[in-house]
Amino acid sequence: MSFISYLINGLSLGSVYAIIALGYTMVYGIAKMLNFAHGDVIMIGAYIALLTMSQAGMSPVIAVIAAVIVCTVLGVVIERVAYKPLRNASSSLAVLITAIGVSYLLQNIALLVFGANTQTFPSVIKWNGITIADGQLNISGVTIVTIAACLIIMIVLMTFVQKSKPGQAMRAVSEDKDAAQLMGINVNGTIALTFAIGSALAAIAGVLLCSAYPSLTPYTGAMPGIKAFVAAVFGGIGSIPGAFIGGLLLGIIEILGRAYISSQMADALVFAVLIIVLLVKPTGLLGKKIQEKV
Amino acid sequence: MAMLEVKDLEVYYGVIQAIKGISFEVNEGEVIALIGANGAGKTTTLHTITGLLSPKSGHVMFQGQDITKVPAHKIVSMGMAHVPEGRRVFADLSVYENLRMGAYTRKDKAEIEESLKNVYKRFPHLEERKNEMAGTLSAGEQQMLAMGRALMSKPKIILMDEPSMGLSPILVNEIFDIIRSVSESGTTVLLVEQNAKKALSIADRAYVLETGRIVMEGNAKDLLENDDIKKAYLGE
Repeated sequence: MSFISYLINGLSLGSVYAIIALGYTMVYGIAKMLNFAHGDVIMIGAYIALLTMSQAGMSPVIAVIAAVIVCTVLGVVIERVAYKPLRNASSSLAVLITAIGVSYLLQNIALLVFGANTQTFPSVIKWNGITIADGQLNISGVTIVTIAACLIIMIVLMTFVQKSKPGQAMRAVSEDKDAAQLMGINVNGTIALTFAIGSALAAIAGVLLCSAYPSLTPYTGAMPGIKAFVAAVFGGIGSIPGAFIGGLLLGIIEILGRAYISSQMADALVFAVLIIVLLVKPTGLLGKKIQEKV
Repeated sequence: MAMLEVKDLEVYYGVIQAIKGISFEVNEGEVIALIGANGAGKTTTLHTITGLLSPKSGHVMFQGQDITKVPAHKIVSMGMAHVPEGRRVFADLSVYENLRMGAYTRKDKAEIEESLKNVYKRFPHLEERKNEMAGTLSAGEQQMLAMGRALMSKPKIILMDEPSMGLSPILVNEIFDIIRSVSESGTTVLLVEQNAKKALSIADRAYVLETGRIVMEGNAKDLLENDDIKKAYLGE
């Protein structure tokens, strides 16, 4: 029974990774950049939700909405101020280093504003969950909501990208920015929209993560951010279903590794997965072969 | 007044000057060919007209309006479509989705359906393969898709960049027949080609571009008979 319990916990953690990885992978797919500040947007989202609940005394629903709004704006502003000026830079390294810089900037702003003390995050899910198998297996409300949220987000995103007009514009921009412009697609607007969606997802991930693991510091987002990046690479960066599957698998590997191998080694295990994937299948599980344009 | 007018255009890539002050015009209903060797600046000229590149100086006027500084994504809805060099179809989108992308800025669903029908009528191959990914099409089919996609915007003028590049002689003939029929159905055509003979055979007038300058212009028929042109571009 404990195995099933671990598995469900892994799915839950994996769902958080998947939601973060979806943001990573969409931004990569469309803007062709790795937004290493993505993890820190999660942390900002969690702080906003915490303040809305503890300082303003609002309900958890309002807290989530506030976090989503602030992160969406933050994501668009970061793109506009830090990344857009570098879009036509000769080296793609410039924007990568800038992203790392933005990551540190967000962490240090959080240190300044919220302080270095660990804050206890009150779960936004008040439901105790369900108990099955004659009380032997309890699945918490946070776990159920997290997994459900991830599934819903995944389905909505897939439908959006496949069916909606802005979604199709995203796919066109992802393939060929110049040709997309010739179709009348506003490339800058499309990239901004991608950052907005990714950052809104980061806010949701932040609230769910801190509801399950209720301690919040300015560095809370860094590790899940990196792991979600691993998940996105694992699944095939640029692929939405890839990020989903990669996230879930990574969460399960981490929790099972923690339970059966070594709790100290669990993080190392996650990165070992990255190394193995890059060696065996560099494009990831669902990634496409990238062809150099000639 | 000319439909499209390019005035004293100068374009740089960094410090290298690609276009050294060219002027030409395209009147409504004409087929104009821009011919010249590789690197003469033909593609650069088209990219500057549709806003993918900005010129250092000079102007592009379209229907009396200065569009030099209009961003690329706003050009198509003004009635100018651009079939880029190398087709540039969206390989991971289906043929149908590619065509819908061509009508991205249009709103009227019934009219878009009408355009789609017309494109399928012109290119029956595309209708047969409408649900397949564009990347799986042959080069000739991709060229037809790129042209169909441009026609989906219902353009007043269509800019075509090397539509015959990399195609077999039979397909080249087919593509030029299509260009002629696009022109006959009332769309103005600005054609960039290395295949000077073919281009001149369907064009009304032509401009010859050499290292960023227009070195000759005139009626296509006259240019076909011109000895310099024959020697330099027609291989005679």
